[in-house]
Amino acid sequence: MIEVRDIHKSFGDAHVLKGLSTVFENGKTNLIIGQSGSGKTVFLKCLLGLFTPEGGDICYDNKSYSKLTSDEKRDLRQEMGMVFQGSALFDSMTVAGNVQFPLEMFTKQSKSEMQDRVDAVLKRVNLIDAHHKFPSEISGGMQKRVAIARAIVMNPKYLFCDEPNSGLDPKTAILIDDLIKEITEEYDITTVINTHDMNSVMQIGEKILFLKDGLKEWEGTKHEIFKTDNEAVTGFVYSSELFKKVRQMYIEERN
Amino acid sequence: MNYLTQIGSYFIMLREIFKKPTRWRIMRTLILKEIDELIYGSLGIIIFISFFIGAVVTIQTALNLNNPIIPKNLIAFATRQSVILEFAPTFVSIIMAGKVGSYITSSIGTMRVTEQIDALEVMGVNSLNYLIFPKIIAMLFYPFAIAISMYVGIFGGWLAGVFGGFLTSADFVSGLTLDFIPFHIAYAFIKTLLFAFLIATVPSFHGYYMRGGALEVGKASTTAFVWTSVVIIILNYILTQLLLG
Repeated sequence: MIEVRDIHKSFGDAHVLKGLSTVFENGKTNLIIGQSGSGKTVFLKCLLGLFTPEGGDICYDNKSYSKLTSDEKRDLRQEMGMVFQGSALFDSMTVAGNVQFPLEMFTKQSKSEMQDRVDAVLKRVNLIDAHHKFPSEISGGMQKRVAIARAIVMNPKYLFCDEPNSGLDPKTAILIDDLIKEITEEYDITTVINTHDMNSVMQIGEKILFLKDGLKEWEGTKHEIFKTDNEAVTGFVYSSELFKKVRQMYIEERN
Repeated sequence: MNYLTQIGSYFIMLREIFKKPTRWRIMRTLILKEIDELIYGSLGIIIFISFFIGAVVTIQTALNLNNPIIPKNLIAFATRQSVILEFAPTFVSIIMAGKVGSYITSSIGTMRVTEQIDALEVMGVNSLNYLIFPKIIAMLFYPFAIAISMYVGIFGGWLAGVFGGFLTSADFVSGLTLDFIPFHIAYAFIKTLLFAFLIATVPSFHGYYMRGGALEVGKASTTAFVWTSVVIIILNYILTQLLLG
């Protein structure tokens, strides 16, 4: 569980996060949505420890991040997995090398143990045949799956994804969404996804946090988002004709 | 003020590089890879430049020492002094600041742009140590490249001098050994080691802390080359004054 308490973050005169509080529970896919510039990426980077908030606190399973020593912070980061928007795979390494990298860095496993683990996670993301390929030789969707495999290879407690569907076709995007949801439930991890993709919201949004101007505007489930009257949320989520119709059908069905 | 901030950030970066080292098993591989990229991969250009610089220095000196009362072996003496004291350590280092420095800045900068450095940090890896420390260690082998440069430079001078008809081989060898001061070699290698450290760290700094996209990677490479050259030139002056002045 990740508990965020009243965090503030500024860059010069720009006050990006203005006192944000929320809770992300275990075994759930938590989605952060909001318009560009609402503070989603800054918030995610604060959760990852890449940015240090000026005020407030973030607790990972009741451990306050601000009170940890720098070594404890590094140890905590080893319990985090991250899927970056552009996958952020290491160009100079093969697919297997990328996935094996955290094991080599932080475990004392033998080569065969590491290979077994790499095989297992690559199999989990359906990429068992891509072992020896380099990131530049595989498609965007496959790169995302490698990034997911690398993120889960250390059995993390927390999984963070920054726009995991960006640049993917709708079918592959659904596959990635499903994969993230399955992994979240299977490993009982706390997953936080930063997304613009409304399909993801409807598909896997067990908890949705809507940010506006660095503040929490609304939070709820994918079912509650259909019923909300919050104009900022409805204006953002149902901006397309398709989603307006979907919402209308949902409400009519419920009535 | 901005320059002071940059200088301060550079020294903070140097401190961070030596904190929380990467596992030796991985570091060993990285160091070998960097030696291959930075040193072995540069030998071709170093040999090529040194050969022709040595040849040109000899020809220029010979053409300017045309007074019959000046002994011919002074041509070789001047070539030796020029190559060992300045051309090999300083001139080649400026070339390396361009070749190796731009490679370092662009490779680290691209990793920054594509969030690979963020990925390392999120995993709990000390990215500064992982990326820059192997380069510093690899550049410790740079004096070997400069030793080759000195040898090839003088060899180029001998070829140009003897086959150009400016002096005999015996005169050249006599000039090479004339008033030889072994400390000059030590001075050259002290300079080389410090330049090696600058070539590894200044471009790394510009690559690591760059912001933006592909265009900024190119700009950072150029800036890194300019600053590495400027610092090498200034340090060269200070070291020469301190060690030979």
